[in-house]
Amino acid sequence: MDWTARGRQMTVLPLVTAAVIAIPWVAPIYHVLLMLPFMAYGVVLLGLNLLFGYTGLVSFGHALFIGVGAYTAAFLTGMFKVRSLEVILVTAAVVAGVVAMPVAALCVRYVKIYFGMLTLAFGMVFYTFLLKFYKLTGGDEGMPVARPFLLGRDLGAIPKTEYLAGPYYLYSLAVLVIAALVMWRIVHSPFGLCLKTIRDNPAKAETLGIGVARYRWAAFVISAVYAGVGGALLATPIGNVDPTLAYWTHSGNIVFMTLLGGFASFFGPLLGAFVFIYLQDFVMSVVPFWRLVFGALLAALVIFAPGGLLGLFARRRARELV
Amino acid sequence: MTERMLLRAEALTKYYGEFRALHAVSLGVGAGEFVSIIGPNGAGKSTLINLLTGLAQPTSGTVRFKDRDITGIGPVRLAKLGMARSFQLVQIFPDLTVLETLQAAVAARLGRGRRLFASLTGDRQIQQEAVEVADLFGLGGRHALARELPQGDKKLLDVASAFALRPEVILLDEPTSGVSTGDKTKVMEILVRAAKTIGLQAIIQVEHDMDIVFGYSDRVIALHQGEVLADATPSAVQADQRLVDMVVGRRPVRHPR
Repeated sequence: MDWTARGRQMTVLPLVTAAVIAIPWVAPIYHVLLMLPFMAYGVVLLGLNLLFGYTGLVSFGHALFIGVGAYTAAFLTGMFKVRSLEVILVTAAVVAGVVAMPVAALCVRYVKIYFGMLTLAFGMVFYTFLLKFYKLTGGDEGMPVARPFLLGRDLGAIPKTEYLAGPYYLYSLAVLVIAALVMWRIVHSPFGLCLKTIRDNPAKAETLGIGVARYRWAAFVISAVYAGVGGALLATPIGNVDPTLAYWTHSGNIVFMTLLGGFASFFGPLLGAFVFIYLQDFVMSVVPFWRLVFGALLAALVIFAPGGLLGLFARRRARELV
Repeated sequence: MTERMLLRAEALTKYYGEFRALHAVSLGVGAGEFVSIIGPNGAGKSTLINLLTGLAQPTSGTVRFKDRDITGIGPVRLAKLGMARSFQLVQIFPDLTVLETLQAAVAARLGRGRRLFASLTGDRQIQQEAVEVADLFGLGGRHALARELPQGDKKLLDVASAFALRPEVILLDEPTSGVSTGDKTKVMEILVRAAKTIGLQAIIQVEHDMDIVFGYSDRVIALHQGEVLADATPSAVQADQRLVDMVVGRRPVRHPR
């Protein structure tokens, strides 16, 4: 990265963060609530992009880990009466990581479409499990998620929208910021550099002594941990988790968000999540067939802007510089 | 041959189906040697290199490196043991810069790849060694992306990243292929100088250019139809016109214009 790019980031990032903090005070409640899934997906996508943009593996099954995180929240608040969101997030991270370990070990032996199909298959297995083990998971009705305590404080007395738009909003933002800082460290570490070598040329990486399978495995598990945390964060605003969270179209959506923003940059996926959520909300309010619109958008994106929105921006800037 | 054998191949035979690519090839490379492997296309040079670097399993025979069996060991463990290689077709990381490529090699060698949360830019040793190697190879545009480099620099970067592993032995598969005739000597000078600087113990190269072969090697191994035809000093090989014709094949003689 050149210095001007870094300088621009240093000015844009604090501004964006300040704007996001200000939203609950200035924006209508409806838009404040739309920001909650954005922040939850933001965490998921930071992880997904470690696998996609940095390691070069496209997973079509990461909704599995969103599901694991969301159901962890439901089980803990319901069955186990654990209400602390900190405990829920950490547990979701651990459970997603543990589930990911064997799944990743099997998936990373394959690349490209075979990898994608295998992740899809595992996602479908988990979806079916959630759907069919009715007694445990509530089947297609899902499970309710009780309102969690934030930093040990029971906020059950205030109205739900107020809870979500106030403390829960700031809590989600804090989680997203921490997740982004940690991911920033990871992609700028020697480990992150090794992932990029694998993305670019795995055969060459091996001749440098970089064990490709082990690095892919680690990237997969980390991305699953992020998806688990994001899923747990998503559970509360949804209020009731159901198997569609783990369905393959959901996996497709997060890949779409990543493509929309641009997988080649660190913040691209976050922009993608933001635009996706607001666009979906807007299109759904205008026409009943939002999937048609989004399908066309996806096609246009892949054909005309494979680098996503940030890719378009970077290309225009490159033209200006020439 | 010198006393301390670094790399020793014994009776290597390799079949691809019915096709015999190598037959009972034995050779040894000692410390301080620069060995060139020559032979016409299809003589088994690439197969031999792949067996010597543990990339492929021989049908029979063994390869030992520092008295350790490395037959079919694979590239990752080989690199850790101290043997590096470059490929005939240039291998780069297209979207990494020159410096990042070298940093990756240094990080891998130092076992830093496990450090998830460490800062790459804050790692003095990685930064410094990468810069040293870039300087050694005269790679100026350190922040240029590898894919944007001229072909010759791509080749140099490929070889430089192998040197950044500070190996004891390096195998170079046609280090000057794709390099213009005028630049070949320059590349070789860089290689020899870099080898001295990092304390490389032996270089094994596959090379077609006989000026390079005879100009730089201590020993020449000539392969023909999968067998060792000669294993001798460059002057001995050069003196045997029949041998030279056989291994060089009927390549057009380059006349200066």
